[in-house]
Amino acid sequence: MEKISNFNGVGVPFRYSNVDTDQIIPAIYLKRIAKTGYEDGLFSTLRQDPDFVLNQPEYKNAQVLVAGSDFGTGSSREHAVWALRDYGFKAVFSPKFADIFRSNCGKQGVIAGVISNADTVKLWEKMESEPGIELEVDLPSQVVRCGELEINFDIDEYTKWRLSEGLDDIGITLQNEDKIEEFESRRAAWRPKTLPVKGD
Amino acid sequence: MAEKLTLAEKLWRDHLVVKGEDGAPDLIYIDLHLIHEVTSPQAFDGLRLEGRDIRRRDLTIATEDHNTPTKDIHLPIAEPTSAKQVQALRDNTEEYGVRIHSLGDKNQGIVHVVGPQLGLTMPGITVVCGDSHTSTHGAFGALAMGIGTSEVEHVLATQTLPLAPFKTMAINVEGSLRPGVSAKDIILAIIAKIGTGGGQGYVLEYRGSAIRELSMEGRMTICNMSIEAGARAGMVAPDQITFDYLKGRPHAPEGKDWDEAMEYWKTLQTDEGAEFDKEIYIDADELDPFVTWGTNPGQGVSLLGEVPSPDSFDLASDQESAEKALQYMDLVPGTKMKDIRVDTVFLGSCTNSRIEDLRAAANLVKGKKLAEGLTMMVVPGSQKVRIEAESEGLDKIFKDFGAEWRFAGCSACLGMNPDKVGEFKRAASTSNRNFVGRQGKNARTHLVSPVVAAATAIRGTLSAPSDLED
Ligand code: SF4
Repeated sequence: MEKISNFNGVGVPFRYSNVDTDQIIPAIYLKRIAKTGYEDGLFSTLRQDPDFVLNQPEYKNAQVLVAGSDFGTGSSREHAVWALRDYGFKAVFSPKFADIFRSNCGKQGVIAGVISNADTVKLWEKMESEPGIELEVDLPSQVVRCGELEINFDIDEYTKWRLSEGLDDIGITLQNEDKIEEFESRRAAWRPKTLPVKGD
Repeated sequence: MAEKLTLAEKLWRDHLVVKGEDGAPDLIYIDLHLIHEVTSPQAFDGLRLEGRDIRRRDLTIATEDHNTPTKDIHLPIAEPTSAKQVQALRDNTEEYGVRIHSLGDKNQGIVHVVGPQLGLTMPGITVVCGDSHTSTHGAFGALAMGIGTSEVEHVLATQTLPLAPFKTMAINVEGSLRPGVSAKDIILAIIAKIGTGGGQGYVLEYRGSAIRELSMEGRMTICNMSIEAGARAGMVAPDQITFDYLKGRPHAPEGKDWDEAMEYWKTLQTDEGAEFDKEIYIDADELDPFVTWGTNPGQGVSLLGEVPSPDSFDLASDQESAEKALQYMDLVPGTKMKDIRVDTVFLGSCTNSRIEDLRAAANLVKGKKLAEGLTMMVVPGSQKVRIEAESEGLDKIFKDFGAEWRFAGCSACLGMNPDKVGEFKRAASTSNRNFVGRQGKNARTHLVSPVVAAATAIRGTLSAPSDLED
């Protein structure tokens, strides 16, 4: 996972609330066997509408999604975050996230920042008055800037740390690699081994 | 004096790599990682994406089971998603150098049958697999847990898992089973008693004289269904039956390693005076054959009983789910369970597809004919079980009876391959889940033991072996 500190990216005013993971990516995409390439599934139902915000040329390279309240509810599918990530989103802001979705974001290197309802509306209005405007996301100081707006966002300390270090769950475990090695050095000889293959 | 520990706590202690601080989970070492085609493709893809390797390919083994066909196995897999998943497993295991048992191989079969058969599953180890019925391996006195796809990736990369602590529950089954009553009936009775959520957060330890009397196959059947009570794992302390089963299997320890292992294995019992967070008691002497009437494994009754009325439940939520279940199952309260006619019988799945299960069923159907209008499918748990059964002539007994004799796999347990129970058809099934649509769209499942399956196949209605004696 990439380390995140400060970045600039085109913001999308996503005026939808109660967006569940099935709207983020429908179940049909769950049959795939890869862990990447889910960008085509992102909001695939909404995207059938030519007027949908992501279909507008100004938002082609969007990296920051500003959504309404209750984003990522419903099934716990990790595919929802994969779809956002694969599409190019590095941060999502909303007044409220579903817990599992929020934690999945942290594991996949996507910022899920909580901002107030009032700030959400301010950002929407600003982005709509200047479509394609870039937002500056400043993780260390937990601020998102857009033109003259400077808005604080919430993110828990642990997730902030892992995002800025670029650590996924495996990365965190591997910080203890010496302890794993030490454990393995004591592993008894009778314990099972699948290799070399025996008995056939 | 040392702290008194339960069996599960001993295994946790002996696999602790890093103790979690401030509420963080403990990091637990994994001795054996079993993989199959459904839950592993994205895990391998994740490794590839991050440029990671498998930490211990020598503790990892793959088999094809969930999607594989059970007939015409020489032909390419027809269903595109199934074919893709199986191919992905073959490609991934080749790329990463993981041992695989593919369709046609002697050790191919349901992952939870293959581990024990190879002697890889043994007492005192931790086992994980991206499949909820991994609890099966607990029958050996192992701590065995089902995991999700991201955890599969985690174990591939680190051979460890961050795990939250569990609570412990003792399930004491005292007494002796009557003839015709078997391990499956014990576990169905347990789930009916504690409910499908009753084990949530717990590791169950099955104890008592009735458990000690069971073969390894029977213990596996019980541990297998721990997950249907919502438990994280289920286990049985190892004893002479365990050691005898294991000794001489391909990957069982040998010589000095065996002696050393035995020394440790003999300590693998809950200490006298250790406390469980919860204890429940089941009287084995009183048990009848058990069958389910509803759409979750907790909705079961004695085969001598009747379809219950929704009003007989105390909780409104139970009443409601009973009502829905009866509608789906097309059953009327008050109907005698033994009057329920079935269309098909499925003998298979990781719950009941081992050699002992096949023998028990074959013993009853030998020389008899399948009831008029019924179909029956027998699906051995692994190719090895199939070969062993054939060497004993069991295939012939089943075929003469009128059943289909198939190749190994999960088959109609979940119907990911072409083996399904037909729409609105009623099945007596030795598998573990009777969920809505589990065995096929609108399929109606009654979970039963292998001998009840056999007696039912003979009579056409849900039957106990004792019903065969005139
Ligand atoms: S037999 Fe059924 S329960 Fe067992 S692993 Fe296969 S699908 Fe899962």
